[in-house]
Amino acid sequence: MTHPSGGEVLAKPAPSGLDRILDHRVLLSIVVLAILPWLLPSKALAVNVLIYGVVVMGYNLLFGYTGLLSFGQAAFFGAGAYFTGIAIGRYGVPWFVAVALAVLLSTCLAAVIGIISTRTRGIYFSMVTLALAQLVYYVALQAASFTGGENGLRGFTVDRISLLGLQVNFLDPVNKYYVLMAFAALAMWFQSRILNSPFGAVIEAIRENEQRARACGYDVERSKLVVFMLSGAISSLGGCMLALHLSIVPLDILHYQTSGMIVMMVLLGGARSFFGPFVGAASFLILEDVISLWTPHWQIFVGAIFVLFVLFLPKGIWGTLLDAIGIGKARR
Amino acid sequence: MDLSLIIMQLLSGIALGAVLVITALGLTIVFGMLGVVNFAHGALFMIGAYAGLYLASLTGSFWWGLLLAPILIGAFGMLIEFVLIRRLYGRSIDDPLLLTFGLSYVLVEGVRIVFGSDGIPFPTPPQLIGVLDLGIGFFPRYRLFVIALVAVVLLALWLALEKTRIGLIVRAGARDPTIMQVLGVDIGRVWLAIFGLGVGLAALGGVLAGPMRSVNPEMGSLVLAEAFVVTVIGGLGSIVGAVVAGLMVGISISMVALFAPEMATIVMFALMAVVLLIRPQGLFGVRGRTA
Repeated sequence: MTHPSGGEVLAKPAPSGLDRILDHRVLLSIVVLAILPWLLPSKALAVNVLIYGVVVMGYNLLFGYTGLLSFGQAAFFGAGAYFTGIAIGRYGVPWFVAVALAVLLSTCLAAVIGIISTRTRGIYFSMVTLALAQLVYYVALQAASFTGGENGLRGFTVDRISLLGLQVNFLDPVNKYYVLMAFAALAMWFQSRILNSPFGAVIEAIRENEQRARACGYDVERSKLVVFMLSGAISSLGGCMLALHLSIVPLDILHYQTSGMIVMMVLLGGARSFFGPFVGAASFLILEDVISLWTPHWQIFVGAIFVLFVLFLPKGIWGTLLDAIGIGKARR
Repeated sequence: MDLSLIIMQLLSGIALGAVLVITALGLTIVFGMLGVVNFAHGALFMIGAYAGLYLASLTGSFWWGLLLAPILIGAFGMLIEFVLIRRLYGRSIDDPLLLTFGLSYVLVEGVRIVFGSDGIPFPTPPQLIGVLDLGIGFFPRYRLFVIALVAVVLLALWLALEKTRIGLIVRAGARDPTIMQVLGVDIGRVWLAIFGLGVGLAALGGVLAGPMRSVNPEMGSLVLAEAFVVTVIGGLGSIVGAVVAGLMVGISISMVALFAPEMATIVMFALMAVVLLIRPQGLFGVRGRTA
């Protein structure tokens, strides 16, 4: 792979059999997601893994690949859901137009938050993204006539969708799963393209050494802003999927606890790996499901497990697994 | 809208700001010394409020709660530093932040298990119930006490940092920990003490805020966002910045509450955004470290 300017971007190791299979990471991920509803105990859980997987995957672009620890990703997850719901319920927009519109508007929101927050570095960035996302939360709380305030947004049920002249009953959980999986596949293809592009190499360079990237002539500030917007766009698509799935948008989706949950998921699964976000979302949700069977206080266990991961397994489940079978960085 | 009302609202803002100052100060001192942002700061603020309430009901006096809760929770903070955070020095700066975030989950849920999820009223101490006639209006005695106590704590902290030998070590350690180690100072012990101090200040903020807000397990999440806003506006690591920004935010909130109540929760974030656009390192921050 060569950069347009002619320089070599990634040194390709000689491809082994395993490496050749992993060249098709999008296809492989889609196959796994396609059989997921039959591996998990319930279809509802599978849909949630799909939705949170997409949200966390978008976040991984920012945290895993660019090294920017944002605590405000919930703003875009929530924005996608709210914009979809408002467009369908209030303005009667067809659902697929609503999704496109919601992603577009959420990307604009990401641009605004990104312009302010990417001016800061390091720990400042985490604090500022958290504060700005809380601002979005309070705005949604106050603008109750649009968002439903504390009660959440209701009244935009999508029960039937037409696909190429084909009527699909969206209330059927299996149909719903595969329609939403199409979105997830689109998001994965998009993310894979970004990562394989020269821009993908630039953001990794920024993570590895910001000063050196700048010295090489890359516009670090602009790249950070662009990756912030791309990340917001992908996560907002997860929000659209949630809105279509639940037919309500709870206000809590915008709270910083949701941002924190996204951070937890990416770390549990493995930051900076392509499929890690889905593994992370699945582990978190299964953990929540299993523990809440015998105690309502599941958060204490999830929090403790997360602390242990930070201390002893910072690469997460998937990242550690990939390390163990010796898959190189460029192939994840 | 007459002038006396505005002055009374200003005083309310200062009382609100005083609690913010104490809380943000704990965050900023720990960052200035250890380079660690404690994401469990809000949860420890909340635990401070619960500890104050519990100790007050145990001893029958608010004053014991006010004195003992910050000390006990500060000691608990030292335990956290010693057992968990110490392992992460030398790793990515994100790691302590992630760890304390997970810890806040554990702490909040722990409080829910022990004290339940519902809010508990925190009675105002009998000596401070009621209002005081200031000539231009009546002002709650308790809020005046909060302003006075915070002023005393700030003065004591300033004296300790500027005039004592320990303060000298602390200030030098913030500048260059390696040189301090070369000079024979056990920097690990200094960091332990500073982390304890920071957590103790969060707990003090919690006890002081108790009678002004309701005490519930979720109270820490708003406080954390507030403390972040204050430290970002003031400049992370700057003590003067925390004091100025804390009062600024407190006064803005109560002033906006007077004229446009629905904007009160939003104003501090807007203030932060404006400051970041003009001075990304914060009002008293040093450029290069964070921005």
